[in-house]
Amino acid sequence: MSINTTTYIGIFVIAVVMFGWSCFRRFRLVTLGKAENRFHQVGRRLRDTISYCFFQRCSISRSYPFGLNHAVLFWCFMVLLIANTEFLLHGLAPDYISLSKLPEGAYFTLACFFDIASMLALIAVILAVIRRLAFPPEYIEARSGDAFAILGLVALLMIAFFGTHASEIGGGTERAAQYMPVSGFLAATFISGTSATTLETSATIFWWIHALTLLGFLNYLPYSKHMHILASIPNVFFRSMEKVTTQPREEFKKGNIFGIGRVAQFRWKDLFDSYACTECGRCSDVCPATSTGKPLNPRLVIHDIKVNLLENGPRLINNEQPELPLIGGSENGQGSVSEDAVWACTTCGGCMEVCPVFIEHVPKLVGMRRDLVETKATFPHELLALFENMEQRSNPWGIAPSDRAKWASEINARPFETDKTEYLFYVGCAGAFDARERQVTLAIAKILEAGGVSWGILGRDEKCCGDSLRRLGNEFVFDRMVRENIKMFKDRGVKKIITQCPHCFSTLKNDYRQYGVELEVVHHAQFISELIKDGKLKLNGRKDLGNVVFHDSCYLGRYNGIYEAPREVVVSITGQAPAEMKRHHDRSFCCGAGGGRMWMEEAIGKRIHLERTEEALKENPKTICVCCPYCMTMFEDGLKDIGSEDKVQVLDLSEIVAGALK
Amino acid sequence: MLVVACVKQVPDTTQVRIDPVTGTLIREGVPFIMNPFDTQALEESLRLKDKYGLRVAVVSMGPPNTEVTLRKALALGADEAILLSDRVFGGADTLATSMVLAEAIRRLAEKEEVAVVICGKQTIDGDTAQVGPGIATRLKYFQLTLVDQIQKLDLKSKKVRVRRKLEGRHEIVEAPLPALITVVREINQPRYPTVPMRLKSEESEVILWNNKVMQLPGEAIGLKGSATQVRKIFSPQRTTGQILGDGCNKPEEAAHLLIDTLLGKDIISL
Repeated sequence: MSINTTTYIGIFVIAVVMFGWSCFRRFRLVTLGKAENRFHQVGRRLRDTISYCFFQRCSISRSYPFGLNHAVLFWCFMVLLIANTEFLLHGLAPDYISLSKLPEGAYFTLACFFDIASMLALIAVILAVIRRLAFPPEYIEARSGDAFAILGLVALLMIAFFGTHASEIGGGTERAAQYMPVSGFLAATFISGTSATTLETSATIFWWIHALTLLGFLNYLPYSKHMHILASIPNVFFRSMEKVTTQPREEFKKGNIFGIGRVAQFRWKDLFDSYACTECGRCSDVCPATSTGKPLNPRLVIHDIKVNLLENGPRLINNEQPELPLIGGSENGQGSVSEDAVWACTTCGGCMEVCPVFIEHVPKLVGMRRDLVETKATFPHELLALFENMEQRSNPWGIAPSDRAKWASEINARPFETDKTEYLFYVGCAGAFDARERQVTLAIAKILEAGGVSWGILGRDEKCCGDSLRRLGNEFVFDRMVRENIKMFKDRGVKKIITQCPHCFSTLKNDYRQYGVELEVVHHAQFISELIKDGKLKLNGRKDLGNVVFHDSCYLGRYNGIYEAPREVVVSITGQAPAEMKRHHDRSFCCGAGGGRMWMEEAIGKRIHLERTEEALKENPKTICVCCPYCMTMFEDGLKDIGSEDKVQVLDLSEIVAGALK
Repeated sequence: MLVVACVKQVPDTTQVRIDPVTGTLIREGVPFIMNPFDTQALEESLRLKDKYGLRVAVVSMGPPNTEVTLRKALALGADEAILLSDRVFGGADTLATSMVLAEAIRRLAEKEEVAVVICGKQTIDGDTAQVGPGIATRLKYFQLTLVDQIQKLDLKSKKVRVRRKLEGRHEIVEAPLPALITVVREINQPRYPTVPMRLKSEESEVILWNNKVMQLPGEAIGLKGSATQVRKIFSPQRTTGQILGDGCNKPEEAAHLLIDTLLGKDIISL
C-alpha cells in the first residue's frame, strides 16, 4: 500500500483546521449564556461521567431495549477512537507512527479488538437502520436524512476498515492477520487468489475511503444533531449535582433582565444542553403535554433553543439585536418556542428524569414563562385573577385569609405555639379552602392526634407557599411571598413542618433553601409511614377499599424520591401492595395540574387528567389513592367526566389511614 | 393632552367582617386594594394612551397610605400620580369628594388640556355611583356613565363616542370633549404590571396635594362640606326564607311553583 503522504497531509490539515474552526464557532456561542458555576465537586462529576457515559448507565438503565445498542456502539467507538487516531496520525508519518511498532502481544490484542469492535459497530448501525425503517419511534426526525447520513457514514467507515485490512491480509502485509477474525474471514472468502497488485490497489482505495470518510465525518459532526458525540460527555460532567427540583432565583434590581426572552439570557449550561441533545425523543415519549396533543414537545424546545442560538449567535457575538425571537416567533418554522408550548408544561419533570444526558428542560420553560409574565405581562387571561388573588389574599381563589382556619371549626384545633409545638402542620391553600380537600386536612389532624404528635397550625396567619407562582414564572411575587413566609417561620420559631400537599412540601423543602433556610419538611405520607413503623398508630385492617391503585404525584415521587413510604402505608392497611398503573414510580404520569396548570384552561388536545384517569381505570380499582390535592381534584374530575364516580372513589392516603384508626 | 383616571383605595371587602356586637365594619387589619371598577377606569385610560398617545394622570383622594394604590397605577403605566390628602378632606361624602377631585382636575387642566376623565362606575365600599357624575357636574363636563366601550376618540373634532351598557340594551352616545366617563366591568380586562415597571414605580414620585395647594374653602370639603352623614352602618336582618313545594320528590312541580311565586312578586317577568 502506498499512500501519497503529501496529499494526505494537505487534506488532513485542511480537515482538522476546518473541524477546529467549526467547533470553535459553535462552542464559542455557549459563552453568550449567563455565568453559572458548574465546576464544583469535580471528583464526583468525574465519577458520574465515567459511570453514566463510559459505563453507559445513561442509556442502559434509563431507557429502552435499544439503549443496549447504543451502549455497544459507544464502546466500539471508544475502542475505535484509538484505532482511528492511530490511523489518522499514521498517514502523516507512516514510518514513525504505527501501532505495529508495539510489542507483538500488545499489537495483536489491539488489532483483534479493533476488528471485533468494527464488526459490532457495523451490526449496531445496521440494527439502528432496521429499527428506523421497520419500527421507528413516533417522531419523524428519527428517520431524518441527518440520521441516515450519520449511520451511513459510520457503516462506510467500518466497511473501509474491513476493506483495507482484508486486502492487506490477502496481500500478506498484515502481521496480525490471524488475530483479526472478521478481516481474515473476508480475505479468505472474497479475495483469495487475487493478484498482489490488485490487492495493493484495493488496500489503497479502501484506505483513502476510510481517511476521507473519517475526516468528512469529523467535519459533518458539528453541523448535525450528532454534535451530541462531542457535547454529551461534557454535558454529563457539567450536570446539576442535585436533582433539578427548583428554578434559579432572580435578583429584583432596577436594570436587570427578568426571565428568558432571548437565547443569550439562558445560562451557559442551558445552551450547552441544546448541543448535547441528540433528539432521541425519550423526553417527548414521557411528556404529558406531548402525549395528549399539546404544542409542547420538550425535545423540540431544546432543538429550537439550539437553532435559535445558531441563527442569532453571530449577531449576538457582535452585540447586535437577535433576528429570530426565542418565544412565539416562527409559526411552523424552527428556532422559536410558541407561547402555547411554554404554557403547556406541567413541570412534572418526566423529561429530565429520562434524559440520558441530563438536559434540564423545566428551568428553561419556567425561564421563558418569567419573560412572558415579568417582562412582557402577556399570559393566558385566566392567570390574571390567580396572580391578583395570590398577591392580595395569598391563595389562588382569592378567598378571605380569615377563612383559612374554618376547616378546624369542627375539631379542637391546635395553634402552633413557639417553643412548645414541635411540628407545624402546614395545611396549604387547598387543604384550607377546598371543600373536598378539607376532609383530608381533618384526616391528617386526626392521625396526628392519634399518633400523639406535638403539632399546631398557623391558622389565618398561614400563607400560600407560592408554588404555582414560581412554576408559572411570576418570580417577583413568589420572591415576596417567600420572604414573608420565612420571616414568619423565624418569628414563630417554626423548624419542623408537616405538609399536606407535595407542592408545598417540595417548595418549602427545596425552593426555600435558596433563601438560606433549612427547614425540616416532611410530607404527610412520609410522616404517617414513620408513625406506623414506630407503632404509634393502632390500626384496623380495611377490606372496604377494594382494589387500591396508587398514583405517584410528581412533586412527591420524581421531585423528592418518595415512592415507597405511601405504598408501605397502603400495605399496612390493606395487607397487600397497591395495584400499579402502567406508568408508575419515576415514570409516573402527571395528573395535569402541576406547574400552575391547575389554574389554566386546557383547550388543546386531550385533557391530561382524562388520560391518567383512564389509565387508572384499566387496573379496575375501587379506590384510587393519591397524596396530593391537585391529583385529588384531577382524578375526581376525571371520574365524573368518564361517569365512573359512583363506582370508583378517590381517597387521600391519610383518609385511608384515618378510616383504619382504632 | 391628558386622560385623568380617578381611583379610590378601598378595603378588600371580601376580607371585611362585621362586628357581631356593634354591627359595624371591622376595618382593622383589612388590606386595601384599588377599587376594582377603578382598575378598569385606569386600564381604559392606559389604552387611550397606547392608542392616541395621551398622557395619563391618576388622582386619588384618601389617607396617606393611598400612596400604595397610586404606585400600583404608576406600575401599570400611568405617567403621573397625584394624591389628594389632607385631614380637612376627611369624612367627606360623595358631594365633598367630588368637590376635591373636580378641583384637582381643574388644576391639571390649567397646565394641560384634559380630553377625558375616566372613573369606575362606583366603588365597592360606598356603592353610590355618585362621585363620577358629581365631578362632571362640578366641572361642567359632559358625562357618559356606564360605558362598556369607548368606540372613538376624535381629538381633531374633539368628540368621543361610547357605548353605554343599560339594562337589556346598549346606547351609543357621542359627546364633545372634555367628557367624563364612568366604566362598567365589561369594558376591559386590566393589564398586569411588568417587573421593570414595578421597580420603576417604587422610585417614582407620588405628588401630594393638600389643601394648602388646593385652597378649597373649609365649608365645601370634608365633613363640613358633606350633604349627608353616616348615622349607622349595619347588616340588615335577613328575613326567613320560604320553602316552596317538595323539591326532592317533585322537582318539576316545585320549579313551577317557584316561577309563579317570583312572577307574582314581580321579581321576574316573562
